[in-house]
This record gives sequence, C-alpha cells and structure tokens, in this order.
Amino acid sequence: MSSIRNLVDKIKPTFAKGGKLGFLESTFDAFETFLFVPNTTTRRGAHIRDCNDMKRTMIMVVVALMPALLFGMYNVGYQHFLSQGATPAFWASFWFGFLKVLPMIVVSYVVGLGIEFGFAQVRGHEVNEGFLVTGLLIPMIMPVDIPLWILGLSTAFAVVFGKEVFGGTGMNVFNPALVARVFAFLAYTPSMSGTKVWIAGLTSGEGVVDGFSGATPLENLVTTGTLGCALDKPYTPMDAFLGFIPGSVGETSTVAILIGAAILLFTGVASWRTMISVFVGGLAMALVFNVCGSSAYAQIPGWYHLIIGGFAFGAVFMATDPVTSAQTATGQYIVGFLIGLLAVLTRVVNPAYPEGMMLAILFMNAMAPLVDHYVVEASIKRRNTRIKTAK
Amino acid sequence: MSMNDKNFKYLTGPFSANNPVIVQILGICSALAVTVQLKPAIVMALSVTVVTAFSNLVMSLLRNGVPSRIRIIIQLVVIAALVILVDQVLKAYVFEISKQLSVYVGLIITNCIVMGRVEAFALANKPWPAFLDGVGNGLGYGLILVIVAFFRELFGSGTLLGYPVIPESWYAAEGGWYANCGLMLFPPMALIIVGCIIWAHRSHNKDLQEK
Repeated sequence: MSSIRNLVDKIKPTFAKGGKLGFLESTFDAFETFLFVPNTTTRRGAHIRDCNDMKRTMIMVVVALMPALLFGMYNVGYQHFLSQGATPAFWASFWFGFLKVLPMIVVSYVVGLGIEFGFAQVRGHEVNEGFLVTGLLIPMIMPVDIPLWILGLSTAFAVVFGKEVFGGTGMNVFNPALVARVFAFLAYTPSMSGTKVWIAGLTSGEGVVDGFSGATPLENLVTTGTLGCALDKPYTPMDAFLGFIPGSVGETSTVAILIGAAILLFTGVASWRTMISVFVGGLAMALVFNVCGSSAYAQIPGWYHLIIGGFAFGAVFMATDPVTSAQTATGQYIVGFLIGLLAVLTRVVNPAYPEGMMLAILFMNAMAPLVDHYVVEASIKRRNTRIKTAK
Repeated sequence: MSMNDKNFKYLTGPFSANNPVIVQILGICSALAVTVQLKPAIVMALSVTVVTAFSNLVMSLLRNGVPSRIRIIIQLVVIAALVILVDQVLKAYVFEISKQLSVYVGLIITNCIVMGRVEAFALANKPWPAFLDGVGNGLGYGLILVIVAFFRELFGSGTLLGYPVIPESWYAAEGGWYANCGLMLFPPMALIIVGCIIWAHRSHNKDLQEK
C-alpha cells in the first residue's frame, strides 16, 4: 500500500497545475482519490466527521448490485441452454452468461467513463464517481441480445444529455441509466422489446427448440393474462421470485435484489422510505384493479406485480437514486408511492408498454422537485400558524 | 436601393449572431414539426422567407398610415394574405410536399418570427432595409431547419432528399448491423438537435453566453 502511495506522491507534481502534464490534472485526481481517501476536509460551516465520501457511497451501491448481477449472468446462460433444449448445468450456464454480459459492462464503462473524463478535462473539474454505478446499471437493465453499438450509443446519449448538460453528477434531473434505456427503447425499439431479445441467441434462432417462446411473463400477462410458460412448464410465481424467467440482464431475481436492498439499507445509502412506498404504491394500484378491473391482467394477485419485470429492481436501485428522487422525507413517501402506482397502471392499462417501471420513475424524477417544493411550503405554513397560536 | 454595409448587416445578421431560432428562440414549434425530412424543410424555409420578406415590405410601406391601436389586426391581414398566396403556389407546383407540410403552411401565420420582425423592425424602418431584414430572418430560420432536417433524415430514415445514403447491406435485414434511429422521427429529437446547435453556437460566440 505505502509503495503505491509513494509512487502517487512522486508523480503528483507532474500533473499539478504548471507541471509538465498539468492539463491531465482532473484525470490524475480521479485515479488518486480512487486509490486513496482524500485528506482534504471541509473548511467552513457545519460538517460531519466521517470517512465516507461519494466514492465509498457509490462503491456500496456497486456491491449491492453484485448479487443481482451474478445471478443475472447465471440466468442468461440458464435461459439460453433452456431455449436450446439442453439441460442447463450450473457452471456452464454461468460461464456462458459471464461471456455475454462482460462485453456489455465493458462497453458501458469505456464509453461512459471516456465521455466523463473528456468533459472533466475540458471543463477543468474533478471526475465524479457517479458513473461507477450508472455504468453497471445500464447493462443490467438492457436485454442480453442488444447489439453492443446500440448499448454504447445509449450510454453516450445518457451521459451527455442525461447528465453533463445539466452540470454533471449531482445536477441531473433524470436517472442517467434510465435515460440510456429510454433512448434505446424509443430509438431502437425492435432491439428492446418483443419476444426474441430477452434470451441470448434467440434472435438468430440457431438451434432453438420448436415452440420455445422467449416472451417474458410481463408480455404474457398482456397477451394471455397468465405468466406463460417456457416450453410446457408454466412459470410459477416462485420462478419469478427466484429469477428463473427471461427478462433484462439483472432484474429477474427478486431474491438477489432484496439482498442488495438489505445491503443498501444496512449501510444507509438508500432511502427506506422511497423503497417501501414504491412497493406499497404498486400493491395499492393492483388492489384497485382487482376490485374494478375487468381484464384477466387486472385480476392477477397484486403481489405478482412486485416480483415480475423490473419493479423490484427499479424500486431498490433506481427510485432511491439520491440525486433524482425527492429530498424531503414526506416527499420520498409521495414520490415512491406514485412510482409504484404509475408503474402498475401503465402495465395493466397500456398494452404498448408491457413494463411501466422505467416510464414511471422517469416521470416522477421530473415531478420530484415539485413535490419537494410543496412539502417545504407546507412545513413553513405549519410552523407559521404554530408561532401565531403561541403568541 | 443600395447595398451598403448597414443594409448588408440587416441581411446577414440573422444568419448567426442574431439568428431567430437559436438566439431569439422564435419559431421553435415549426422547427420541430417539419424537419423529419429535408425536402419539406427546404420548402418550408423558402415559404417562411417569402412571407417574412413581403410582410416586412408591405408593413414598412404602410407604417406611417396605420394607427398604432389597430396595427396588429392590419399585420394579421397582410400576413394571412401572403400565407394564402404561398399555400396556393405550393399546392399548384409541389403538391406532394404541400400535402406533407399539411397544416404547417397555414400555421406560418402564427410563426412568431413573422409578426416579431414586423413589430420589431418593419414598423420603424424604411421598406428596403425591412425587406432585407425579412429575407435575412427567413433564411436564418431556414438554415437551422435544414441543419436539423439533415440529421433527422440521415439518421432517422437513412436517406437525404429521399435518396438512400446508407448502404442497404448495412441493415440487419441484409445481414448487417445497422438500424435507423427511430427517435429521430419524433419531435423531441429535433429539440435536442436544436439544443446541440445552440450549444455549439454559444461556445463559439462567447458574447452570447448568459451569465
């Protein structure tokens, strides 16, 4: 460790202002603070004495994403071998999925970080670490068969128009990972929806068993009102809960996501208020449909909604994004509740969008500042009346 | 009728430093609506140029005879008459494009640039400078339209002016890897391209940057 420290200290003057490679200052700084906790402290005003900084916070989210990512890799292989009519062996499945997902992660990080470093250089500010999470989220919410150039283009769009034009990390209105997904979804719809893209190798159709449907349970619910089946074995809610269903790379397993949620809540990185209220909102809307909905989709048990599709993933990792969600406690309840409600509403009512989670979160991202504004206003009003009555 | 430096400035100012779309932020709506393809965008640009030029000319000629209380309604009559003329000409000579542009030709009446230039310039200037100002603003608007439409048609449909530009063999149907960007066909993408043009323009013309 100390040898790395010595090396960094030795080459530091070269990159400082006026040094030989002074123009690379922000790039150097990014790598230095990546390796070591910076020893700068806040000079003035109130501050918290803690070794935590944004890099550690972001790393905690990356750690929390690991169970879902690892299971996602396994499931990619599992679904692939199933579609080929083979028995999915554990390590073979995992290895296959690993080789499929790794290029997606590499493309997302290389494109995204490349643009971030470029902007930091030109604008002369530090490289922010928000992209460590975004870069991992993007491959996890995409279908596995998406062409890599579309993934790269979506990432570039998300970083430039979702984040940098607003001023970089911490200033963005919309969750950048979801901006990437919504771009890919609207721009290259055939690669982002339908029954072929969710399982590796299904688009080319080589060696696929006759009658195998790659439709996700969400799509099946829209068309038939049931979870559907892979070949002749119907998907059970347990499959959906454990994650043995086709879907985007990282979102199929509710269990793995819940482990991630536990890590986030234990370390205090994500807001439990948002998380809980998303689930409550989704359940509430599903109950309303149970009472007054007429289609078969509207009549499914409410908790189905929580375990299929990207609902749990969105609730745990995206709705809780501290930048784009509400800042006030009451606001977090309201925003979370409405995300869940809108997601289920879109799913059941609009057949053009089998998954409503993405649109619901983006919509509430836009509304969150408004919610916060009125929460603060209400608080000021309440306090004013309290002062008046005290007099 | 001379083309001295001052008059020349009226003509060229709106191309960049005083562009109606990216500096004055006028006429955005039609920039979103008619820029899916290059051909309608060019026709639209020429139509707006004709209308702004001649409405400026006519209002400048009338400027001393129009009581200021009723000037808006007079302007509307002049502009509406010109728009109807343009619409009829388009229907007669380029019917297909006229159909594509549909209501947006009629909506030139509501284009903020037309009335904006009449109000801001023609009512206070002589006919020849007013005419040049109208031509300049129409062409400045058209310039942005053509840039936006170029990118939208190229990446959204893979064509330019209707001719295929991107080789057939690139597309997935022919075994390639390429796909057209469907988002380019939606109006929001026009807004984003206009935003990019403003971004590039402001970083070049630093005096336009808001503090």
